[in-house]
Amino acid sequence: MHFKISPTSGQPIYLQLMQQIRHAIEIGVLRQGDMLPGIRTLAEQLVVSHNTVAKAYSELEHAGVLELRHGSGAFVSAQCTLKLSTAKARAAQQKIQSVVAALQKDGFSPDEIRRLFEAQLLQGMPLKESA
Amino acid sequence: MSVNWSIETHDLTKRFGRHEAVRALNLKVPAHQITGFLGNNGAGKSTTIKMLLGMTHPSSGSGTVLGKRIDDARESREMRRHVAYVAEDKQLYAYLTVEEMVRFTRSFYEDWRTDTEQRLLRQYRLPLDRKVRLLSKGMRTKLALLLALARQPELLILDEPSDALDPASIEELLQALVTAAGEGTTVFFSSHQIGEVERIADRVCIVNQGRVVGDLELDQLRENYRRIVASFPREVPSDLFPDLAVEQVQILGRQAVAVMKDDSNEVVARAWSAGAVSVDVEPVSLREIFLEMTRKDD
Repeated sequence: MHFKISPTSGQPIYLQLMQQIRHAIEIGVLRQGDMLPGIRTLAEQLVVSHNTVAKAYSELEHAGVLELRHGSGAFVSAQCTLKLSTAKARAAQQKIQSVVAALQKDGFSPDEIRRLFEAQLLQGMPLKESA
Repeated sequence: MSVNWSIETHDLTKRFGRHEAVRALNLKVPAHQITGFLGNNGAGKSTTIKMLLGMTHPSSGSGTVLGKRIDDARESREMRRHVAYVAEDKQLYAYLTVEEMVRFTRSFYEDWRTDTEQRLLRQYRLPLDRKVRLLSKGMRTKLALLLALARQPELLILDEPSDALDPASIEELLQALVTAAGEGTTVFFSSHQIGEVERIADRVCIVNQGRVVGDLELDQLRENYRRIVASFPREVPSDLFPDLAVEQVQILGRQAVAVMKDDSNEVVARAWSAGAVSVDVEPVSLREIFLEMTRKDD
C-alpha cells in the first residue's frame, strides 16, 4: 500500500502510519489476511526510524487490527471488518456540507473555515487513537 | 523500562586557550535509537565527538561510551572495537584503491560482514580500482560508510555525514542509517540539516555554543508543541494569559502568539472568552524550536 509521511505535520509519524493503515482497512484497500511489509522493510522504504514503524505496528496489534508474526511480517487480523461503509462516509460528508454551508452563510470565507477545522483538529487532541 | 545509554557525558568541557569549544556539556544518547546531534557550525559538535572517541582529551568533565570511560586509555581502546566512526573529512588512505582500502580494513575485524560489504559495493557503485584520492567527496563518504557498516558496530557515530552530498546520495545515506539501526546498531550523527534529522531521528539533541540546549523526542515535539495565534478586533487584553511565562507570549499588534507545550486547550478557551475573533492552532516544527533554542542572547 501507499504511505504518505509528513515529518513536519505536527503529528507523530507513528500515528500517521497507524491512521493510514486503519483507513486502508476501513475503505477495503487492505483486507483481513493481507500482509504488510516487515518493520525494517517499511522503515527502509519510507526512510524513517524502525522504532517508528515498530511502535505503529505494536499499537495496532494491541488494538486487534494487526497480527505480528515473528519473522514473517504483519497481517491484517481477522477481527477487522469494513467499519466505514459507503453510507457512513456519505452521511459524514453531508454533515460537513451542512456545517460548511451554515458557516458560509454567516460570512466565513473558505480559508477561515479551513483554519477553524484545523485548529479544532489540532486542539481537540483526538490525535491519540482510541483502541 | 530502564533506558540503556550508549553515550553519557557529565559537564564535558574542552578549552582551546581561552576559547571554550565545549562547555559543561551533558549528553545522553539512548541505545537502539537514532539520535541527531543538531547544531550550527562551530557549536562544538565535532569537538564533542572527538572527545567521545578519545581523539582529544577533555579539559574537564567526564563521559562514557558503551559504559567505558572516555578518558581511560585502556577502556577507550576496548570501546572503540565496538564503535564505528565516519569522520567529517572522511580521511582514508589516499594512495590505496577502493579494493585495497576495503581489504585492508577487513583484515582488522574478525566479524566483518562480507555480505554487507558486497551489497554496498554494488549499491554505491564504487569503482574498485580507483585510488581513494581520486574519488569524489560523495564517493568517499560512501566508502567510509561501507567500511563502518561492514563491521556491524554496536554504535555508529557520524560527523556531518551528509555534508557536500547531492540529494540522491543523501537519500542513500539516510536509508543506510535506517537500515543499520534496524539491524540493531545505535546511530548518533551530527548535522546542521534540520530536515534530515527530523526525518529519521527518534531523538534530537540540540547543541549551541558548546552546551546541550534541547533534548527531545521528535514524536513528543510533534504531539505536544503548539503555537496559538489569537487575533483581536482591538488591542490585545493586557491580562490575556495570566498563567503563561512572559517569554512564551509575543504580542504583535492586535495578535497574541503563544507557544505551548501541552495545555493548549485552556489557552484557546481563554482567548475566545477574552473576545478573540480568530484563534489558530498550529504545529511547531523542529526548525522553529531549533531557532528558538539557539538564538544568540549571551
